[in-house]
This record gives sequence, C-alpha cells and structure tokens, in this order.
Amino acid sequence: MARAVSTPRKIVNTAAGWAIGLLIFFPILWIAVLSFKSEGDAILAPLDVLASAWTFESYGLVQSRSDYFGHFWNSVIISLGSTALGLLVAVPAAWAMAFVPGRRTKDVLLWMLSTKMLPPVGVLLPIYLICQQLGLLDTRVALVAVMMMVNLPIIVWMLYTYFREIPADILEAARMDGAGLREEVLFVLLPMAVPGIASTMLLNIILAWNEAFWTLNLTAADAAPLTAFIASYSSPEGLFYAKLSAASLMAIAPILIMGWFSQKQLVRGLTFGAVK
Amino acid sequence: MGHITLEQITKQFDDTMVIPPLDLTIEDGEFVVFVGPSGCGKSTLLRLIAGLEDVSGGMIRIDGEDVTAVPPARRGLAMVFQSYALYPHMSVRRNIAFPLRMAGLDAAEQNRRVEDAARVLNLTDYLDRRPGQLSGGQRQRVAIGRAIVREPAAFLFDEPLSNLDAALRVGMRLEISELHKRLKTTSIYVTHDQVEAMTMADKIVVLQGGRIEQVGSPIELYRHPRNRFVAGFIGSPRMNFIEGPAAAAHDAHAIGVRPEHVRISEDGGEWSGTVGVSEHLGSDTFLHVHGTGVADTLTVRASGEVAYDHGDPIRLTPRADRIHRFDAEGERIQ
Repeated sequence: MARAVSTPRKIVNTAAGWAIGLLIFFPILWIAVLSFKSEGDAILAPLDVLASAWTFESYGLVQSRSDYFGHFWNSVIISLGSTALGLLVAVPAAWAMAFVPGRRTKDVLLWMLSTKMLPPVGVLLPIYLICQQLGLLDTRVALVAVMMMVNLPIIVWMLYTYFREIPADILEAARMDGAGLREEVLFVLLPMAVPGIASTMLLNIILAWNEAFWTLNLTAADAAPLTAFIASYSSPEGLFYAKLSAASLMAIAPILIMGWFSQKQLVRGLTFGAVK
Repeated sequence: MGHITLEQITKQFDDTMVIPPLDLTIEDGEFVVFVGPSGCGKSTLLRLIAGLEDVSGGMIRIDGEDVTAVPPARRGLAMVFQSYALYPHMSVRRNIAFPLRMAGLDAAEQNRRVEDAARVLNLTDYLDRRPGQLSGGQRQRVAIGRAIVREPAAFLFDEPLSNLDAALRVGMRLEISELHKRLKTTSIYVTHDQVEAMTMADKIVVLQGGRIEQVGSPIELYRHPRNRFVAGFIGSPRMNFIEGPAAAAHDAHAIGVRPEHVRISEDGGEWSGTVGVSEHLGSDTFLHVHGTGVADTLTVRASGEVAYDHGDPIRLTPRADRIHRFDAEGERIQ
C-alpha cells in the first residue's frame, strides 16, 4: 500500500535529503575549490578563499612535478587485474558454496569475512618480507596479487549471495540436458549472474583503486598508483593544499565518473544481493 | 529404448534413511507414476534415477547398463521440472535447442528438430520469445519440448502440472498422455495427485515413507489395494473404513467400502443414519452420512441429482462383492 505524503512533508524531506547529501559531499567540493586556487590563497580563511582568484596553476605544477599518467596506468592495472584475478578464483568458490554446500560452508564464509576484520598492519611485516624475498617490492605483480587477496572475501561473498538467488533447478536442468560442469557454468550460470558479476566487479575496482595502505607500503616509484601520487603531496615540510587538492581530484576523477555511470549496479552491489 | 531397473537402492541424508532398500523395474515404453503423500520419497526416487542425487547403496541400470556412478548429463534421460526451469536468458528456440547443442549436433539438424518439436507443441509462433514473455502453460510446453528433442531413453516428470491452474492442468494432462501414446518413450511421472496417477499411468507405484506400498495398474490398485494405505490413497472420494462389530461380521479387523459402492436403500438396508452435508456435482452427489453407528461419517456417491436435505434419515447397503477386508496390521485379507 502506498503511503500518502503531504506536500509540506515532502518539502522538508527533500531539503533534509539535500542538506545531508551536501554535507557528505562538501569535503570533495572543497577539494575541488582549493585545486583551482594558488598555493597562497588556499590557506586563507574559507570565505577569503572563495573571494580569491581562480587559477589552473596547481594542475600544471602537479603534472610537471610528477607523472600522472604513469600512476594512472598503475592504478588501472592494479584495480582491473586484481578484480579479474579475484573473479577467476571466486566464481568456482562461490559456485561450490552456493550449490553444493557442505556442513562447514557457513563457517568458511564467516572465516573469510573475519579476515577483513584483521588490522592489515598485523600482516604487513610478513607480506613485506615475502615480497622482498621474491624481489617483488614496487612491482605491479605484487600489488595485483595482494589486492586480489585482500578483496577476495568480498568478491566471494557477493558472488555467493547472487548465485544463491539463481534457482538450483535451472542448473540441474542444464545437467539433465547434457551440460558438463564447464558448460553449466559458462552457458547457464554466468549469463544469469551477469548483473551480480557486474556490480561485484565495479565495487572491487573501486575498493582496489582507493586502497592506500598496501599500495603505499609496497611501492615506491615504479608501481606506485594514484594513492601514492596523492600522498607524495603531503610532505613533512608542510602541506601544499592547492597541489594536494589538484592531485586528489585527478586521482579520484576516473573512479567518480565510473561510479556515476554505474550507480544502479553499485547500489545493487552494496546491498549484497538483498534487493532485487 | 528405456528399460530401467532399481536394485536394492537406498538413500540416506545424514542419519535419516529416506529410501530403505528398494527394488523396481520399469519396462520400455511404460508410463509409470510415482504417487504418495508429500515427504514419501517420490521426488527423491526420481532424482536418484536422474542422477541429480547419489544413491547411498544399490544399483541403477538403464537398458542393462550400470549407471549408478554416471553423471546425469550422460544417462540419456530428460527431465521436466515443477518450476519448468527454463533458461531465462535464452529464447524459446535456444532453450529447446540447448540439449542438442550440448550433444554437438550441427546447426541445421538442431533447427530441424526444434521446428518439429515446436510444431507438435504449438510453439512455432513463440520461438523467438523469452520464457518471461510466456504463460504458465506455454512455459510448460517449452520444458516438454526441451525434453523431447533429444529423443531420450526416458522422460522424468517431477510434478510438472502443480504450478498450473485447474483447467490448464486437465488440458496438459491430456497432452502429455497423447504425447506418450505417440512417442512411446518410457516415462516416469511424479505426482501427489491420485487423479493424475489414475488417468495417466500404465503402472502406478504407491510410496509411503520411502517404501513401495504397491505396484500395479490403476484398476488393479483400485480393485485390489494391498493394504489400508493404498485403499485410502487411491480413489476419490476416499474409501470408507469401518472397524468394530460391523467389520467382525465380515471376519476382518476393518472393512473398506468405496463411496460408489454404497447403495441407498428405500427400506431395509444394512446401515441407517442421517444425511449431513450433500455435495452436488451435477453428474454425481456426494452424501456425508452421520450416526450410522459403524463409522463417524460414511461418504456415499449417488449417481445424478439426489434430493436429500440436511438431517434426512437414510438407509444404506454396501455392495457385498466390493467390500475390502483388512487385518489388524492393515493388510488385505484375500
């Protein structure tokens, strides 16, 4: 039954919605504003900042000081690579847990999720040492592998919840129709799970793109993604607000644009398959 | 060919024995119906034959070949599911062609067979639609089409009509029966509806608690139920059971008499009582008679329209040659 909402109530709700939205968005908006100011103007009081002159100088300085596109490619390779690799591992795992669950399947799922509750710094030393021994420090290979493992529990969980929505009857029908496991997964399960796989992919690309702990600790220059690019503008000698802002905006812009165009899939992804 | 034998097969889920050792032979070309109340193991039995569940013991043979460990894809059987289980992302054409594609047939042969099946099932105009755009009856026909194109050794039907409304169900029942008469492919059909079982089967297998209570033709089961369970399950309305002195008079612990085998007597009569509810079907009238002293309620099936009101006295006589006698264990006394 639809609930009747009076007009004044609608106005209040809309205003409140916009207010909360703006509040959440404000830091990003302010970064955008600061990025178009000179370094001197950026540290003024907020109102004076707005009154000062607009300039592109920070963007030019950032681009001349560091290689934005190098970092951008590293980010792309790390986030896409780790997501693709993660899906490759997670699809069979989620298939097994959703369609041939054992007595301990729920425990395995919870255990996997529990690894996300571990402070990453707790395993930094061993992972750093492993990368060092293998000669993988500051390589994209290491970051792809680490990012894949860090996000794997989430990929498996999301796929598991999507697969659970697919009626087992249909997979059994495929089996009766002569499909082997490979055909069953390739021709029936995956096409039916496309929306779920798409939102899982999107969410994991975003998570990997934004991840800073591992990228900052395992890279120096060659494999450094955009997170490291931003961090390089926050130095012990002081903050360069305008350049930091310009760098941040350049780093988040690609993912922001991607998120904007895939809002629907993302919402579905974030609700973990609870809403159809 | 589709000769299926089950030898001492068992199924256990954890510690629960769902199917105790069971033997059954299904002849080539037979239409066999597994019937029983819910939870009797009829669907499990079908899934064991399909290979969708593994047996815990025993052996399944299809045309003499041991298929106990063969995966469902290679048993050469086709199944129609209760939920239809169509592939929602494929057109009707691709749904029906799927088993042919899996069998590696070339495109021209696939097309020819799909068109043939579509013609038989009146689906020609719908071949390019998705399952979501079809009605329940059409979806069921697509599911049947997908089963017949491959010319399997046997069809397995898992309650295929229970999602359809009553009128459609009767129509589809006839279609499936006609299809079987034409194709003569071995069919195993699971249902909880004894009317479907009686009308479609060459052979009915009545199951309870995973055990086979009786196997026989519909008329055999109707005339000579082996025990009280089968007697009560087969036939509609249900058989009347009478215990006590009235049964003892027939040298039995209990006697059973079907509603259609109780006559209304003008005078005399073996039992007398008062009419409770009468259900008028037009062709028949079901009278529920109370206070006979032999059973709480006796159901009587009278042919045509019978004018009895609530509370009217009535005299009844069972047909002596149609009385079934049972011992204290519920087994039939010959």
